[in-house]
Amino acid sequence: MYDIMQQSLKENDIPRIQETLESVSGATDAARAPRMEALGLNAWYGKTQALFNVTLSIPRNKVLAIIGPSGCGKSTFLRSLNRMHEEVGGSIGGSILLDGEDIMDRDPVFLRRKVGMVFQKPNPFPTMTVAQNVVAGLKLNGMRDRKELARIAEENLKRVALWDEVKDVLHKPGSSLSGGQQQRLCIARTLAVEPEVILMDEPASALDPISTMKIEELIDELKKKYTIVIVTHNMQQAARISDFTAFFYMGKLIEVDKTAKIFTKPTHRQTEDYVTGSFG
Amino acid sequence: MSTTALYTWRKFKNATMLSLTGLSLLAVVGVLFLILAYTVSKGINHINWDLITKMPAPVGEEGGGMANAIVGSLILVSLGSAYGIPVGLFAGIYLAQTEKGWFARTVRFLTEVLNGIPSIVIGVVAFIVVVLPMKRFSALAGGFALGILMIPLITRTTEEMIRLVPSSFREAGLALGIPRWKTMMFVILPAAFKGIFTGIFLSIARVIGETAPLLFTALGNRFWSTQLDQPIASMTVFIYDYARAPFDDWNQQAWAASFILIMLVFVLNIIFRFVTRKTYTA
Repeated sequence: MYDIMQQSLKENDIPRIQETLESVSGATDAARAPRMEALGLNAWYGKTQALFNVTLSIPRNKVLAIIGPSGCGKSTFLRSLNRMHEEVGGSIGGSILLDGEDIMDRDPVFLRRKVGMVFQKPNPFPTMTVAQNVVAGLKLNGMRDRKELARIAEENLKRVALWDEVKDVLHKPGSSLSGGQQQRLCIARTLAVEPEVILMDEPASALDPISTMKIEELIDELKKKYTIVIVTHNMQQAARISDFTAFFYMGKLIEVDKTAKIFTKPTHRQTEDYVTGSFG
Repeated sequence: MSTTALYTWRKFKNATMLSLTGLSLLAVVGVLFLILAYTVSKGINHINWDLITKMPAPVGEEGGGMANAIVGSLILVSLGSAYGIPVGLFAGIYLAQTEKGWFARTVRFLTEVLNGIPSIVIGVVAFIVVVLPMKRFSALAGGFALGILMIPLITRTTEEMIRLVPSSFREAGLALGIPRWKTMMFVILPAAFKGIFTGIFLSIARVIGETAPLLFTALGNRFWSTQLDQPIASMTVFIYDYARAPFDDWNQQAWAASFILIMLVFVLNIIFRFVTRKTYTA
């Protein structure tokens, strides 16, 4: 099955991302292998097809930005990676690998602990305090040790640079924080379950410029340890924070390359038109 | 028509409509006020400790109380809740989770129908289903009838309230690798708690005043009984019996009992406001 896919890939437009990665000198095989791969991925909402034969590698410890006009399938692609696409009644064909293993063979509950997600609108749990929100994933999965939970809450709030701002309001509702703080709280909540990959669906589009800047700094910090895939409408943002950029259009992957190349010398005409603002 | 005349005509129409809506409001509030005032004026003079601490006096004797009926009502409502709340809650959760499909649609429709069935018919059903096989009237049969009455109300409010919780919280829970049932239990239900509690409270307030379904299920009892398989007294049946009786003393006790019943619902209402006052909002 895997061989057949590899073969069909060769006939298609093989993403350049792999070559680029292989050119990185001194990298070991394990470090060079992509963290996640989509192979001939198709996705549907009922009978409407949203993704067509997308093949894309997600390099480890890098930031991959996904850009494209509304309705191009970028969110669908992102939500396929942690099987949230199925939660809204969607279906998937083709395969997605996480460290070489097909994610469709895994229990989505366990998969999502490895592949975390941050949403467009900050969504801290309304009935939980700031501290409870951070450790919600651990607590609801059975961790009881209060001291350990408090330690993890503090650790993760520090990682998202929120600790100093909220250390005196840990017992207030999570929803009492400002929008930007809420989003960093949600990122801390995602980090607390110790994922390997973090998916971000326009994480800063509902925030003001200063909060956006903080989130971007955070992403830059996080990529040392995590693999990040970020969907964004903001091309400047993609250019600022990502190592690689994938351009989607009408449910198809048009082009993926190093971010600098996509924004200066894209191979495809459609990509150029989009990044220069001729359409979209 | 000149501008001034037109203006006057409009002012006149406005005043008429305003008075009509005002009068309608008075009619509605007035009825409520009349009921309250009448019950209070008739009942308050006959309220005494005997009424809530003593047993009914033998026929012909003055005084006595309805201690057994108060306890009986509480037992009946508890039995009804023990049956109606879980069933209504689970059915509501199911409907909220399953928007489409013929089964959910059918259940939703039947819930509406059940809500519209007169309570006396539900009493008849409880009579056939519980009383006849057991060959006796019982608290269980009364609780069963009250439970059925509670189910549609709780089901519908639970469904509506869960739906009001933004789906982003559900997604956030699932994306953290929290299983569906835990997401429902610990994320969504707490967020919908206030509304669901309102539904449960309203259903309790509704059934505590029900008489018809109790007449041929719990029957009523002039003696002290807390046994679930025996006929049991209730405040509403007490009022029904005493209001029909040809004795002034009994009629007065019926008024006093009505007053206490209204006050009980009122106090429940206050407790309910207090409990739901402090919850976080989305």
